[in-house]
Amino acid sequence: GPLSERRLMDVRLGELPAWLATCDFSPQGLLGGVQKAWSSYYDKYINVKRGGPAGISLLLAGYCLLSYGWNYQHIKCYRWRKYH
Amino acid sequence: MNLSFFDQFTSPCLLGIPLILLSMLFPALLLPTSNNRWITNRLLTLQLWLFNLITKQLMLPLNNKGHKWAMILTSLMLLLLTINLLGLLPYTFTPTTQLSMNMALAFPLWLATLLTGLRNQPSMSLGHLLPEGTPTPLIPALILIETTSLFIRPLALGVRLTANLTAGHLLIQLISTATFTLLPIMPAVSILTTSILLLLTILEVAVAIIQAYVFVLLLSLYLQENI
Repeated sequence: GPLSERRLMDVRLGELPAWLATCDFSPQGLLGGVQKAWSSYYDKYINVKRGGPAGISLLLAGYCLLSYGWNYQHIKCYRWRKYH
Repeated sequence: MNLSFFDQFTSPCLLGIPLILLSMLFPALLLPTSNNRWITNRLLTLQLWLFNLITKQLMLPLNNKGHKWAMILTSLMLLLLTINLLGLLPYTFTPTTQLSMNMALAFPLWLATLLTGLRNQPSMSLGHLLPEGTPTPLIPALILIETTSLFIRPLALGVRLTANLTAGHLLIQLISTATFTLLPIMPAVSILTTSILLLLTILEVAVAIIQAYVFVLLLSLYLQENI
């Protein structure tokens, strides 16, 4: 279909800048994008008939990684310390 | 760079933008809203079971007027439970280790219970300042003591939660530092400290759950006296 209507996973790597140009970067557009991403994750991994711990664990692991990234500027000094 | 053991409690900041709001809003992602299905997914079923358990436990001792507090007490309990348990994951930030947040939760809710009692049944609420059956000479002293204990309640609520969680996190950091440092030097002692660390982690999970429960239970007790 046309480039602006395709989802991120269906866009080829070479077409990525063109697809980004058609994106809606207003606050409502970003919020809608976040909402769509969350609902697609929720419907695929958590809102299933026989879900397991995998759906939530992936969320928690992502949260840990995100927190590590947020704290990296602070944590890198610990690596360089001589005495702990 | 002043690296100390208390650095884990600094408010997270990315390029000057405070991220504490994000760490307070993240638990909302883990608690999905219920759709009107008869059979829901497993996460939602577990969550509804937990809500029912908490609400029943909290609302049993309260009369009908107290049941208006059901939503705020249950949601407070869920918030504290998820925030405390999420703080046990590596590298995460626990907002309830900040005294400002706990006082902001404890003080208005305690004041609300106090004002509800003073407004609707002032003599009953003031009557709680004197326990039944006290000997007459002791009455003035006891009233002073009970008033002090009344005013110390919000402080105690906030500081209890802060202190428990901060102490637990600090202990975990100290013992894990000891384990890592001892590993190249004395592996046997390092294994001992690892077992202590495992037991401590189990304790911390329990403390996280219990502290959330105690906070909300005490608030419901203060409500019981005043409503």
